[in-house]
Amino acid sequence: MSTDTGTGTNAPVERDAVAEHEAANPAANVTALIPQTLGGTFRSYLRSVRSGETGSVPAVVGALVLMVIFGAAQSNFLSSSNIVAIVQQAAPTTIMAMGLVFVLLLGEIDLSAGVVGSTAAAFGAVLSVKHGMPWYVAILGSAAFGGVVGLLLGWLRAKLNIPSFVVTLSAFIAFQGVQILVINSKSNGVQVSDQTLHDLYFGRLSPVAGWILLVVAVALYVLVKLVQNAARKRKGLAIVPLAVLGLRSLAIAVFGGVFVYLMNIDQSVAWQQRAGIHQWGVPWSSVIILGLLVVLGFTLTKTRYGRHVFAVGGNEEAARRAGIRVLSIRTSVFVLCSALAALSGLILAGQLGGVSTGDGAGNTLLLAVAAAVIGGTSLMGGRGRIVDAILGGVVLAILQNGISDLLQGNNASAYELIIEGAVLLLAAAVDSVSRRARR
Amino acid sequence: MSEPVLRLRGITKSFGPVEVLKGVDFEANPGEVTALVGDNGAGKSTLVKCIGGTYHIDGGEYLFEGKPVTVKGPRDASALGIEIVYQDLALCDNLDIVQNMFLGRESVSRLSRTLDEAEMEHQAGKALASLSVRTVKSVRQKVSSLSGGQRQTVAIAKTVLWNSKVVILDEPTAALGVAQTAQVLDLVRRLADQGMAVILISHNMLDVLKVSDSVAALYLGRMAAQVRTSEVNQTQIVELITAGRSGSLGLKEGAAA
Repeated sequence: MSTDTGTGTNAPVERDAVAEHEAANPAANVTALIPQTLGGTFRSYLRSVRSGETGSVPAVVGALVLMVIFGAAQSNFLSSSNIVAIVQQAAPTTIMAMGLVFVLLLGEIDLSAGVVGSTAAAFGAVLSVKHGMPWYVAILGSAAFGGVVGLLLGWLRAKLNIPSFVVTLSAFIAFQGVQILVINSKSNGVQVSDQTLHDLYFGRLSPVAGWILLVVAVALYVLVKLVQNAARKRKGLAIVPLAVLGLRSLAIAVFGGVFVYLMNIDQSVAWQQRAGIHQWGVPWSSVIILGLLVVLGFTLTKTRYGRHVFAVGGNEEAARRAGIRVLSIRTSVFVLCSALAALSGLILAGQLGGVSTGDGAGNTLLLAVAAAVIGGTSLMGGRGRIVDAILGGVVLAILQNGISDLLQGNNASAYELIIEGAVLLLAAAVDSVSRRARR
Repeated sequence: MSEPVLRLRGITKSFGPVEVLKGVDFEANPGEVTALVGDNGAGKSTLVKCIGGTYHIDGGEYLFEGKPVTVKGPRDASALGIEIVYQDLALCDNLDIVQNMFLGRESVSRLSRTLDEAEMEHQAGKALASLSVRTVKSVRQKVSSLSGGQRQTVAIAKTVLWNSKVVILDEPTAALGVAQTAQVLDLVRRLADQGMAVILISHNMLDVLKVSDSVAALYLGRMAAQVRTSEVNQTQIVELITAGRSGSLGLKEGAAA
């Protein structure tokens, strides 16, 4: 517990701020100290990064560095079709990582998410192919399968107090067997024939729909922020200055605009153009991810449930004393994680055209963990955001896409594995170091 | 003097064959700081856990605002308005001050069922201001960035939010430096000035003499004496703690054995 060392170099600045604050309003309520200028906002951001709140910085820097390296090494890396491919490839990992964020927030791990996800997807595929169910039944069935498995895992962890590492490692092994039973085919696989299930991965919005979605999303963002500011103003609290708000909204709009523009470039080849077929539009998977970002992000930051997840991850004993039902919180994150893994497995099945035995094993899960950690979620619990999964998922997709083209020859896949392992380790190291900086 | 808000009569508590509390009388008045002192093993923690509902009392009377009550668990105690600030504080490092103060009792807006952050921040600010807290820079600071004294401040201010009637502070100054100790003792005083019955557990006689209105000394599971602080000096308190009596005060000869 640091009394003085923690403030260190910034101590005089902070003391000034307190003194000013007291002088300005002697008996006023203590409120949030929100910088009221653009420069102040930027400086306070820099300060928080330096003190270990690195947030999205490593992921964004990583993505930019990788893009420069691969862009320089291969002429077609930054082509629009390759960028679309990267965005699509990032989807399964990203969605699985979103579920893992909840588990990691509690300082737990789910090693089984990859296998359970693909098993659930196989269950959905069987429903669709062998029983002729419509696509939405397949998706719901798959998610329900994941949810039930998550309930079992969570119960074993929370109620019987078996370490999550052991519970989920057992499930990792056992569900490879369950997957074989579910698929139950001599060809060791189940093909997906339903077009909608394929489109989870390959589907694209029309260009106009992409733009409309962008406008609606940005407008909603601005609206929510303005409503929040108005509520703070009513209570006499410090508000986020409009300039900062405007700049943030603008940044989101510009980034989103570039994204939609890139996605909307027509990649159809000559014969498709002659036949009037277009290869353009924002991928469905990106829309799904945006939807999950809004819903899960909202759950995590704006509901009592989300607050309690953070509390249990930060200090379980404090949470218990505050009357939070630690057991159900702990169980619920495994349910969420496995259900999202099922969705991730379905999108992967869309990409691969079906589910084969062994899908979701190997390093599927560790890549998703790496995505969450690269994005800034802590392995030790208590810190994480849903957007981390997206940032990390994109970084890993860039890495995988670039590396597989860059490395050629017999040992290419060997080097790829080594590099992916090293990246996970690097992300965990950044997490560790930044945590020490905050002490 | 006003009616004690909390009055215990002949409380007994055993763990198996070990009798930890042997008929303890204790009372706490609103608007006063009651120091609870005693050597290690005298039964302070057990008594506090009995008051807070963590332990069941085996025998004796538990009167709250003059009425006998049965406290079966921590929830019953907090429903009565009894708050305990534990030594290890029970704050979440990864949450900010407002989030910690409202932990488990977050306000949600009626319409959308979402967290009403503005309302919570407003209330938290008011609670801190009512205690004249100046040491906190921003209520949206993470608790991990706070000093020991500031953490204690947050934990104590939390009790103001919930209109507690009895606040039990378990060694609030044990890990603090001189200046921070003074700040926290100030806070303890202001808490009592707001009309709460504050029970302060402390090993530090200077703190006890400085801030308390009455002193209750436990000796081997019995209440040696509960006296007005103004009527005793430090030596007498120390004797009560270590021997169970001091001159005419304390347990009778023989009873102490």
